[in-house]
Amino acid sequence: MTSRWRDLGLAGLGLVLLLLVPVFGAPPAIRDFIMFGMAYGLLAMSLNLLIGYTGLVSFGHAMFFAAGAYAFGLAMQSGKFSIPGAFVLAIGFTALMALIVGAICVRLNEIYFAFLTLAFQMLFYNIILGWVSFTGGDQGLMGGIPRPKFLGIDLADRTQLYVFCSVAFVVCIAILRQIVTSPFGYTLRMIRDNQERAAFLGINVIMVKLACFVMSACIAAVGGILLTLFVSGAYPNFGFWTTSGEAIFMILLGGSNVFLGPLVGTVILRLLNDITVTYTSHTELVLGIVILILVLGLRKGPLDLLAERWENRRQAKAQAVRDAADKDAQTGRDA
Amino acid sequence: MLKLENLKKSFGGVAATRDVTLDFADGSLSAIIGPNGAGKTTLFNLITGRFPPDTGRILLADENIAGLSQRRIVRLGIGRAFQVASLFPTLTVAEALAAAAQAHQRRETLLRSPFPLPATLAQGDEIMELLGLTRVAGILSRNLSHGDQKLLDIGLALALEPKVLLLDEPTAGMGPEERWRMIETVQRLWRARRMTLIFIEHDMDIVFKVAQTVRVLSYGSVLAEGTPDEVRTNPKVIEAYLGKSAHGTSGQGAAA
Repeated sequence: MTSRWRDLGLAGLGLVLLLLVPVFGAPPAIRDFIMFGMAYGLLAMSLNLLIGYTGLVSFGHAMFFAAGAYAFGLAMQSGKFSIPGAFVLAIGFTALMALIVGAICVRLNEIYFAFLTLAFQMLFYNIILGWVSFTGGDQGLMGGIPRPKFLGIDLADRTQLYVFCSVAFVVCIAILRQIVTSPFGYTLRMIRDNQERAAFLGINVIMVKLACFVMSACIAAVGGILLTLFVSGAYPNFGFWTTSGEAIFMILLGGSNVFLGPLVGTVILRLLNDITVTYTSHTELVLGIVILILVLGLRKGPLDLLAERWENRRQAKAQAVRDAADKDAQTGRDA
Repeated sequence: MLKLENLKKSFGGVAATRDVTLDFADGSLSAIIGPNGAGKTTLFNLITGRFPPDTGRILLADENIAGLSQRRIVRLGIGRAFQVASLFPTLTVAEALAAAAQAHQRRETLLRSPFPLPATLAQGDEIMELLGLTRVAGILSRNLSHGDQKLLDIGLALALEPKVLLLDEPTAGMGPEERWRMIETVQRLWRARRMTLIFIEHDMDIVFKVAQTVRVLSYGSVLAEGTPDEVRTNPKVIEAYLGKSAHGTSGQGAAA
């Protein structure tokens, strides 16, 4: 139950803040950090549509990230497409792939769903590795991604690329926000909470899950496209299972019950990574310890903790209303 | 309204329902009683399509619905509340009812925003009013008291505007006073919505006082049916279910 205008205002504010970064001449390192953050942020945010809102824990989400990246990169390298054309093509290809993979996976629950998505991801990863003539195998898409001008926009220019990515990123976040606050978003929550009961209310659980799976894959594909534009290439590790694992880490680090939680988790994970890498080569060890502390100590993401406090206060108020009503009813009966 | 003809269902050779034929009149309020394992909940599962009957027909307004999917049957107008309330723990009462109403009205749209839409909210409010849940509108389903959880479970079924409502032990796990309050609410909503209502109940005082007709199940078949007075004095029922010791009290009840 949220206000749409407030959300749109916040999205606009976020975009303005992102665009102010190059205006103030921030060092390239910070701009690069933000661009990586936007690409991986979309991966984590879209995955949380499945994990946090629908209760579908997918271990294979990075395959759609890689699908967007490779489809876009290959379309651009073919020279037959403009950037918007390749953008749409890559999303369309990912949607089709998600439709096929999803149609098989969403019929299963919990661990079976998780492992089947993981299996499809390994299959996709091995196709990328094996089909050397098409995908470049373990070397990735070599030779750079051409970025011809379109509508007067030149993505070979770092600043223009940054602006383009920021706009695409904020639009995707706004789309995700629209999904989770819409009536459909509450159908997702019903399925997460109790899918048997949802089915008993006439909801077509499989179709709703499939629709959610495809939408989430499309947003992940946009993340992959942004990354491809940014690094001017696509690499098999975009679709390796560790990338899916990282996305799950991001959700854990931020919080799955708060809309922007995964994005905060992305920033935390990348910051941890960038800071520790300058001091030690054992970055995984540091990450592991942080995650261990979160999982064992908090048992939830830091933002989840804040949200829970806030929810508890709201619940206390609602219960006070009930107790007052019950007391009135009691005195009414006694009188 | 709802007719069951020669329904049979076995699970791995164990007959849970053997040849059940029952007729529930349009707008009636009926109770189903029977000892544990008599097949009462199985009967509800058959009617709602949780699993199909082995043989037999289920007629809803003269249309055979046996073998249809659970979802189709819900859409045709059979709602159900569960013995253990089946809720959406992280949704508040108001949210859950609006979400159920939007499922019924098929307004699970992506573009219209935000949740809840006014039409579904209005339907949810009406149900809260009817069941006395307005006072807990903002409470998460998982934080509700046991009685309010059972009411919300019924409320979710009501959001489907069912022609036939099945309540599986609405008073399960309640104290004596709470039971009567619950059954009064059930009677009130039956009168307000003019639907065919069937409930499973263990408390004989409640059954005989509230129901228009009573069906007694035993070992998967119909042992007796009729008005409360007819069933109460039926010797087969007294022997099989009420027990010989209950004869005296039920006799007194009939005399009074």
